[in-house]
Amino acid sequence: MAQITLKNLAHSYLPNPKGDADFALKEMDHVWQDGGAYALLGSSGCGKTTLLNIISGIVRPSHGRVLFGDRDVTDEETAARNIAQVFQFPVVYDTMTVRENLAFPLRNRGMDAAYIAARVGHIAQMIGMEDRLNRKARGLTADAKQKISLGRGMVREDVNAILFDEPLTVIDPHMKWELRTQLKQLHRQLGHTMIYVTHDQTEALTFADKVVVMYDGRVVQMGTPEELFETPAHTFVGYFIGSPGMNLMDATIAGNRAHLNGCDVALGASYAPVVGRSQIGIRPEYCSLTSGAGLPVTLRRVEDVGRHRIIRADLFGQAFNLIAPEGMAIDADMTRVVFAPDKINVFADDWRVAAQGSV
Amino acid sequence: MALELKSASRIVKGQVFIQPTDLVLEKGTMNVLLGPTLSGKTSLMRLMAGLDVPSSGSIHWHGTDVTGQRVQDRRVAMVYQQFINYPAMSVYDNIASPMRLMGKSVAEVDRAVRSTAEMLKLTPLLQRKPLELSGGQQQRCALARALVKGAGLVLLDEPLANLDYKLREELRAEIPRIFEESGAIFVYATTEPEEALLLGGNTATMWEGRITQFGPTPQVYRQPADAITARLFSEPPMNFVACVKQGHKIHFGADTHAPADGVLAGLPDGAYTAGFRANHLQLNAHSGQSVAFDCDVTATEITGSETFLHASHGDNRWVGLVHGVHALATGQSVKLWLDPTHVYFFDPAGRLAAPAAYAVGG
Repeated sequence: MAQITLKNLAHSYLPNPKGDADFALKEMDHVWQDGGAYALLGSSGCGKTTLLNIISGIVRPSHGRVLFGDRDVTDEETAARNIAQVFQFPVVYDTMTVRENLAFPLRNRGMDAAYIAARVGHIAQMIGMEDRLNRKARGLTADAKQKISLGRGMVREDVNAILFDEPLTVIDPHMKWELRTQLKQLHRQLGHTMIYVTHDQTEALTFADKVVVMYDGRVVQMGTPEELFETPAHTFVGYFIGSPGMNLMDATIAGNRAHLNGCDVALGASYAPVVGRSQIGIRPEYCSLTSGAGLPVTLRRVEDVGRHRIIRADLFGQAFNLIAPEGMAIDADMTRVVFAPDKINVFADDWRVAAQGSV
Repeated sequence: MALELKSASRIVKGQVFIQPTDLVLEKGTMNVLLGPTLSGKTSLMRLMAGLDVPSSGSIHWHGTDVTGQRVQDRRVAMVYQQFINYPAMSVYDNIASPMRLMGKSVAEVDRAVRSTAEMLKLTPLLQRKPLELSGGQQQRCALARALVKGAGLVLLDEPLANLDYKLREELRAEIPRIFEESGAIFVYATTEPEEALLLGGNTATMWEGRITQFGPTPQVYRQPADAITARLFSEPPMNFVACVKQGHKIHFGADTHAPADGVLAGLPDGAYTAGFRANHLQLNAHSGQSVAFDCDVTATEITGSETFLHASHGDNRWVGLVHGVHALATGQSVKLWLDPTHVYFFDPAGRLAAPAAYAVGG
């Protein structure tokens, strides 16, 4: 187990990178704590897989260093790094039994038979395959094979870190719930440093203590799920976290008021004069429809998603989403929207601006 | 004007893929097939498309028996999870290819390509090659190819499964509009309850090669006919607990009970299984009728604005979805509250014995 340090780390796939645009990964400086559960979240092409490959040693970074604890592993190969990896698609030995597959990493390291048996039994129970330990992996369904891959990734207790690359892609939704909870329990029991790459926000938010949101080769925010939701550091985080994402609107900021399209909106705090393109952001969860005073909205469609409803609307000619609770009546005269003032975020050139008197 | 399956089944080497199924899909409807992997969604679509011939029963299109008719001779289009486009052709030529194969005139092809591209917001991208497009645009191109020939039946087999979460969200919001403009019968297979709800229309829930229920999507969601349907139309999975109806009370174990009034008054005395969804299990009493359950926390998952609370109550493992951030310690005991109007009652065979009162306005 180890703390992972990324020191002035950057990566370009080009031999002589010139500007920012030539870097798949822009310079970053991070310390990831020993025993932490981290998720790398972002859309495809954001650099999250490049970063994972650098940590695992598949890619050598063009700039900067990678440290496991105090040890510089930048030039070490994957095998020397003592890590376990689980990939998007199952990697199992078809001719081996489920038991042999799970025991493989332990046998390879010459662990004693009693320890192997106990450890394999524990992992098999976790992935729900105790009843199939003696059957060959060949002919199992894709999700059963992926469970074996997950189990094998977690069977060793002595690894520096476990890296997961979209591990639940081929798993059915119901099974995902179970496996995710089990991963979390395992993390708590063993205290491994875990790094989990995904484009699925639910997986990232529910798995990780800290979510690392990446956009265009940059870490735009590293925070708890609550921080990402309440105070997104960048408009991308506002958009990417939440379903639907944050509503963003151009606005002029003056003290504790925002002006948009000639309307005045109260903010929860005061702001110093904002330089650059200024926007306010409000999550659909913190907006409500009213027949009283508010900004004028045109309702387009109401989607019943069971536990709540998503209201698709237009605000000043721009798409705008609201969330209303299950069972709440939506009357025809509800043509205005109001925001919870303390839930409004202010952005300048896409980066969040802190209110005066706050950090 | 409809697609009709009459006792259509599909058996391969003695293995039942699709049990005898009766189903009528009306013109201009969106129909979701919801079920886990291997529940029969793809097999059923292949029967509808004519890619497979039913082992028994028949398939009718606008009243005509089309069982055994070649797929080429039907007005059917299918979109798969993998985006299938010709990489060497432009987006325009990709969309045009099904029309050209049908031997349409240049003017007809052009008209169809341009209107379909407009519907799918591909007009500015017509001269690009598929590999120069994002994943979402590639899948839109594949959708355009399916829609351009004016197919009467469009089958979409988990079309968004390979896309990024956010792209999926965007396309999902667009599909109902595209469907309305096309006027075709849409059949959309998914494993995700939320996707079914977002698409609306009708939903057929599938389990082990069988349609367990078919009806308007919100109705199947709120008034499931049996425990299997309720379970597969819930994410997180539905919570269950054994209970006994006796006189004017429903007993959930030794010391928790609720009055058996309203829709429950007519329920015969006996043993039932109570089912309720995660968002109805709460950390506090929302109504005067709520009953409390002593539980132990097994895990909490925080999504930023909400918390998934995994808890055990005796042998039952439940998930609650509560507002706000609640980082409760594992092993901690907690009282979880449930309003009985949110509870479905299933008989020992798993059939719905009494609906949740809130869902039927009772």
